[in-house]
Amino acid sequence: MGFQFTEENIARVNKAKSKYPTSLAAVMETLWIAQEQNGYISEEVMSHVAEVLQIDKVNVLSVVTFYTMYFQKKMGKYHIQVCTNVSCMLRGAYEIWDAVKDKLGIENMEVTSDGKFSLEEVECMGACGYAPMIAVNENFHENLNKEKVLEILDSLK
Amino acid sequence: MEEIRIVLPKIPDYHKIEVYENNGGYQSAKKAFNISTDEVIDIVKKSGLRGRGGAAFSTGLKWSFMPKTTDKPKYLAVNGDESEPGSFKDRQVFEDNPHQLIEGILISCYAIGAKTAYIYIRGEYHKWIKLMQKALDDAYEAGYVGEKMKEKFGTDFYCDIYIHKGAGAYICGEESALMNSLEGYRGYPRIKPPFPAQRGLWGNPTTINNVETIANIPKIIENGWEWFSSIGAQKHPGTILFGLSGHLNKPGVYELPSGILLTELIEKYGGGVLNGKKIKCVIPGGSSMPPLRGDQLEGIKMDADSLRDAGSAIGTAGVMVMDEDTNLLKVLLRITKFYHHESCGQCTPCREGTGWMEKTLKRLADGNGTPKDLDMLESVANNIEGNTICALGDAAAWPVKFMIQRFRNELEEYLKPEIILPVKNKVHSMRNTVNPLSTILR
Ligand SMILES: Cc1cc2nc3c(=O)[nH]c(=O)nc-3n(C[C@H](O)[C@H](O)[C@H](O)COP(=O)(O)O)c2cc1C
Ligand code: SF4
Ligand code: FES
Repeated sequence: MGFQFTEENIARVNKAKSKYPTSLAAVMETLWIAQEQNGYISEEVMSHVAEVLQIDKVNVLSVVTFYTMYFQKKMGKYHIQVCTNVSCMLRGAYEIWDAVKDKLGIENMEVTSDGKFSLEEVECMGACGYAPMIAVNENFHENLNKEKVLEILDSLK
Repeated sequence: MEEIRIVLPKIPDYHKIEVYENNGGYQSAKKAFNISTDEVIDIVKKSGLRGRGGAAFSTGLKWSFMPKTTDKPKYLAVNGDESEPGSFKDRQVFEDNPHQLIEGILISCYAIGAKTAYIYIRGEYHKWIKLMQKALDDAYEAGYVGEKMKEKFGTDFYCDIYIHKGAGAYICGEESALMNSLEGYRGYPRIKPPFPAQRGLWGNPTTINNVETIANIPKIIENGWEWFSSIGAQKHPGTILFGLSGHLNKPGVYELPSGILLTELIEKYGGGVLNGKKIKCVIPGGSSMPPLRGDQLEGIKMDADSLRDAGSAIGTAGVMVMDEDTNLLKVLLRITKFYHHESCGQCTPCREGTGWMEKTLKRLADGNGTPKDLDMLESVANNIEGNTICALGDAAAWPVKFMIQRFRNELEEYLKPEIILPVKNKVHSMRNTVNPLSTILR
């Protein structure tokens, strides 16, 4: 069976559509909702999104492949994002990056074999004054050092 | 310099609608709706308010470009993409003063005749999107936004406000890319002209303003343009949300009058440099802006004109401070890597040039470069600048160009001296080689 929005999510998609004069404009929000439900954007998800919005599948594909936050494969339960841009780098972001990589034993955009963690080196997250920072899924953790980061990772069950 | 708060007042719980209302909230909108739209635009023009999104363009003037007689729907897009490395100020507005932003949007929509406004917020700001949505829901509920406005304010005018969540792409902060993204396309910048006021969202007249810019509007209406224009630097008045980051004791967002001395900003507000070190380099306006030498900061004021005269730009006022031990080659490599990653790929000079610059800088940072490579980098940067659809090309070129111009000695520390081939004259060389030809060719 292919991907189908839950009834509740169909209502959210319809609400998203009502914000814009075209249904194409709702594609980003619809994809967000789909990712929330499915974890990532698969072929099936794209087909369903195209169908629900009555837009061409190529429009969905072009958006999914342009924006970095739409996952094209299943990521870990905890998606760890380490910012290494300048302000964070000046305050030790690469030490944190190395420590996280060592601890999890994976490279950029890889997932641990138990599916618990995935890792991504990200560009500036808008937390430069509270650097260095990592984000775990949607949550920012700021003013970190190596020890604090390892503590955070340990606390994720 | 005296502290003045316009965008981030020090009032506890100001983000809550009741507190905002109890402090005169939504009264400026009422005041604005009772004067003509031309007058509102005129007040904003006279106030001298200039955009806080990077280009410091006059807000009132931008509004006046919107056509007055048209049957087409008009739009306001509020730019909260905030992805320039070093800037993290708009999120403070979402968190601490969302209702002033909403009120600013109402007044702006009224002035330009827009019935719909979108707040474009970068996808990574999940938390701030939720905070902003909560404030918006409360404002709708109370009748300050949407059709209920007519009753609440006793006017014919009303408008709707929606939040659009981005999904990870710095380029969507560029105004025409933002519009494409809002329409459901890839964030590809559009060729200008036509300008957004002529053909913007869905081909209709559109104004794009930064979050901080719009958040200033209610206070200008409340206190008058004379009041606003008397704060800070005369030609770039008001306060600016400065985002301090890097090697400082107290990094963070500070709202201060424009024209404050950069040294005062760093010492008094940023708490000085970590471990009492000296400053090697400061990027005063976010990563795209030309870097300044630490030994030449004396007397530099933080407003658009003063910074231009000092050889840089105010940008988004994200001040990045680097101490004397910083490896500027690594910094430049990291900045360039960013622009390469974020280039949308439409223009050859930007797409290829940023890649070449990154590769070359990587080789240099790995210790395999010579001073000649710096000349080559400068020429690549010069070939990008001015030759692209949008300003990301310039944003990528400037750091390279100016870092090399201003920090050549510092960068050369990490390079090998020139490799001197055992060939005396390159054209007619073969007769004069120190080594026999056979050993060179081998
Ligand atoms: C590559 C690039 C990225 C930009 N990013 C932002 C941004 O994140 N936020 C913003 O307000 N303006 C950004 N701008 C500037 C916008 O194009 C536009 O000038 C601004 O939003 C206008 O608002 P203002 O007049 O209030 O400053 C960016 C420009 C470029 C070229
Ligand atoms: S300058 Fe770069 S980012 Fe801008 S349109 Fe061209 S390729 Fe895209
Ligand atoms: S540089 Fe890391 S959050 Fe901005």
